[in-house]
Amino acid sequence: MQISVTINGKTYAHDVEPRISLAQYLRETLNLTGTHIGCDTSGCGSCTVHVDGASAKACTLLAVQVDGCEIKTIEGMANGSEMHPIQEAFKENHGLQCGFCTPGMVMTAADILKNNPNPSEEEIRHGLEGNFCRCTGYHNIVKSIQHAAEKMNA
Amino acid sequence: METFIGKPVKRREDNRFLKGAGKYTDDIKLHGMTHSAFVRSPYAHAKIVSVDTSAAEKAEGVVAVYTGSDACGTIGVPCGWQVDFKNGETMREPMHPLLAKDKIRHLGEAVAFVIAETLELARDAAELVDVKYEALPAVTCPKKAMASGAPKVHDEWEDNAAFDWCIGNDRAEVEAALANAHHVTEMTYKNHRLAPNAIEPRSYIADYDVNADKWTLYTSTQNPHLVRLLLCAFALGIPEHKVRVVSYDVGGGFGSKIYHYTEEALLTWASKEIGRPIKWTSDRTEAFLTDAHGRDHIVHSKMGFDKDGKIVAHLTDEFCAMGAYLSTFAPAVPTYLHGTLFQGVYTTPLIHLNVVAPFTHTVPVDAYRGAGRPEATYLLERIISKAAKEMDMDPAELRFKNFISPFNGTTEPGYQTQVALQYDSGNYEGVLKRGLEMLGYEDFRKEQAEARKNGKLLGVGISTYIEGCGIAPSAVVGSLGARAGLYEVGHVRVQPTGKVSVFTGAHSHGQGHETVFAQFVADKLGIPMDDIDIVHGDTDQVAFGMGTYGSRSLAVGGSAIIKSIEKVLEKGAKIAAHKLEAAEEDLEYAEGKWTVKGTDKSISFGDVSLTAYVPHDYPEGVEPGLDFSSFYDPTNFTYPFGTHIAVVEVCSDTGKVEIKRFVACDDVGNVMNPMIVDGQIHGGVVQGIGQALLEEVVYDGEGQMVTGSYMDYAMPRADDIPMIETDRTTTPCPHNPLGVKGAGEAGAIGSTPAVVNAVVDALSHLGVTDIQMPVTPKRVWKAMQS
Ligand code: FES
Ligand code: FES
Repeated sequence: MQISVTINGKTYAHDVEPRISLAQYLRETLNLTGTHIGCDTSGCGSCTVHVDGASAKACTLLAVQVDGCEIKTIEGMANGSEMHPIQEAFKENHGLQCGFCTPGMVMTAADILKNNPNPSEEEIRHGLEGNFCRCTGYHNIVKSIQHAAEKMNA
Repeated sequence: METFIGKPVKRREDNRFLKGAGKYTDDIKLHGMTHSAFVRSPYAHAKIVSVDTSAAEKAEGVVAVYTGSDACGTIGVPCGWQVDFKNGETMREPMHPLLAKDKIRHLGEAVAFVIAETLELARDAAELVDVKYEALPAVTCPKKAMASGAPKVHDEWEDNAAFDWCIGNDRAEVEAALANAHHVTEMTYKNHRLAPNAIEPRSYIADYDVNADKWTLYTSTQNPHLVRLLLCAFALGIPEHKVRVVSYDVGGGFGSKIYHYTEEALLTWASKEIGRPIKWTSDRTEAFLTDAHGRDHIVHSKMGFDKDGKIVAHLTDEFCAMGAYLSTFAPAVPTYLHGTLFQGVYTTPLIHLNVVAPFTHTVPVDAYRGAGRPEATYLLERIISKAAKEMDMDPAELRFKNFISPFNGTTEPGYQTQVALQYDSGNYEGVLKRGLEMLGYEDFRKEQAEARKNGKLLGVGISTYIEGCGIAPSAVVGSLGARAGLYEVGHVRVQPTGKVSVFTGAHSHGQGHETVFAQFVADKLGIPMDDIDIVHGDTDQVAFGMGTYGSRSLAVGGSAIIKSIEKVLEKGAKIAAHKLEAAEEDLEYAEGKWTVKGTDKSISFGDVSLTAYVPHDYPEGVEPGLDFSSFYDPTNFTYPFGTHIAVVEVCSDTGKVEIKRFVACDDVGNVMNPMIVDGQIHGGVVQGIGQALLEEVVYDGEGQMVTGSYMDYAMPRADDIPMIETDRTTTPCPHNPLGVKGAGEAGAIGSTPAVVNAVVDALSHLGVTDIQMPVTPKRVWKAMQS
């Protein structure tokens, strides 16, 4: 099937198999391997991207479903060599260890802060419910998001 | 000059990870690469009646299909540790085949391997492989596996035991002491089975280059050299110098990526057969079915006390599952990584542990974060808290009564345990005092009493753990059955411009070696961190190494690098002395330069480096170059310790446990980067909480896995966990140059019993004395009702 999608500001046209997930399309066709795949039941959130401005799990969307949509992936978060304040905050607060969940965490964090620029700890934890991290125990991820909120509101 | 040791230096590796530019194995694409899928058994125990691959072979895009009847069916992966029976009989070591041929021994065991042009085509074709099975009864519980008449996992032996083992004092002596004890506390429980669940699934690419006659294996491993050694010397018998094993970025390990898995060997074998690269990446369900699991001990234990509450004896019997085959380090886990910690932090004079390790119709069990030490700690810390309740003593007080007194391991000797080991240095009362202070223990007890009056169920649980890291020396582990050495390699290559490349056999899969190792190298050489690069994860670049597990990277790998730095400085001093026309003993090295003592005559590290590579004006008899590699074999384990305290509130209506506070005071020796150590503790603690409250791999009576996805296996999520309050005491390790002990597993070792102790404490006035993990709302509710 022919699809046209805008990804990180660039528009692509591809003929894709209907059964290919958005995550596979990003990874295999576009070589955007920052979107990770950690499960097969929408459970882990490693694949989180933004579809038309809202966070979505790219493993459970088909590429054909995002025809005409605007997608943002982790590769589109930094402005050239300048990291997004959320990325900066994760680095400052040691919000990542192995880095595998990190792209999904950053994309989810961006979504949390977009909808609620001043979230409480509880709201952040609730917002992260769909994302697993096996390394950090979430402590420093929560701190990273709190710190990012401060920076972005300043 | 800026120094780095002990500072929370931000991680260099984060830049690539945060931009989605990490290089995990599944991110790699090779020219002409094929994809693959496995046909896996839907039964835990079955006869394979027939395998028909004809339709799959003809399917679109299929390159090859292999089964156990092909040559790969006669190849197996080895076990790396041998524990013989108590009576001297050799450990029973079944062949662990790359593909099952006649018999299935666990759910998910691979029967056929399909290679195709794309992943989708490989999976389509795998569906076309027609396997006929004759299902057989299965046994998944290690205790039931030893009952007479239990279904046998391997027909060649009379029962399911892989080995049995014991450690400590004479059993009869321990039993006699228990018979005479003033009070005996008893516990029977299951330390249940867990799935490690690194978020990156296992992934491999094997690439045979026919023109060079060389193999490259890209693998998500914690120890590339060990995989290469096992692959070459044991599994495939291919020449080691023609095999390169690469593991760039690895998305978490927790033990599960230590082992040499059948898929690694099979892909490597098949890549030569088809002459093309092959990729395989596990999906999550495959990960649950085939990644080595952790724990799975059935425990019966007794601890005796005198009338003052001093422990007089401890006797434990355990059944510890091995799974269907012996995974790489499996036999070491319930034995030398477990029984040797039964002293805990206490002066117990008599200890005996007896272990029976049976095969079961399950995926193999091996080391999972803590490996044997969490199981030992859980037992000791639960039973001592249970005993305190029974004897009507405060659990902190009972611990203080029984602690080994502080010792530094230098002016005071190490502590010789009843279970083989000699502890290096420790101050166990120090961490408990600090932990109680952090919590405000006295005040909490008052708050708890008040809360009870109002029907609120609050509880506090204490755990004071010790663990053993960086296991060594090689000669000792060899005498205990290890089939490998446990040293590490550190190579320091000073480039002509004075920039430094450090090659380490340790491997980072989240630990931050690229930053931490550069921190201490910078300080020792007196040069900026930016001048140092840390290289790991490639057998073509790093001479050799044993990898990262058992919290060994700094204690063993860091020490190897220090040895090489010493050699660099020693040779550098010769060159400097020549250039400065001074005697070597008149020089001192600081802040990146050699200075003639008491003068301002000096030469920089960079100038000496350049001289070493442009040796025109050069000392006689000294070789050019500044490049040293060292092997470091420690003299002992290191022994981190700490106190973890949990405060929980139990909902009286639903039985749900909420962790209100979690306090951790750990002593991991000297700390290179406190930010990273705290991060390790946080992550470990949450894994331990996961075991206590949420996680369990469940097999049903037929060996079907009930918890094979994230829908069914409950992993800790952000809203299950509070912030973790951390602090440290510092008792340096006396026997390695950095004085470090290791921090990777401590969190997972200390936390689990703290949480369960807290739940039992919250319910104790209702008559609850014990509760089986994971402490689910259902179990709590039932305990409250009974
Ligand atoms: S990969 Fe999408 S939720 Fe796990
Ligand atoms: S950093 Fe490893 S899973 Fe989150």
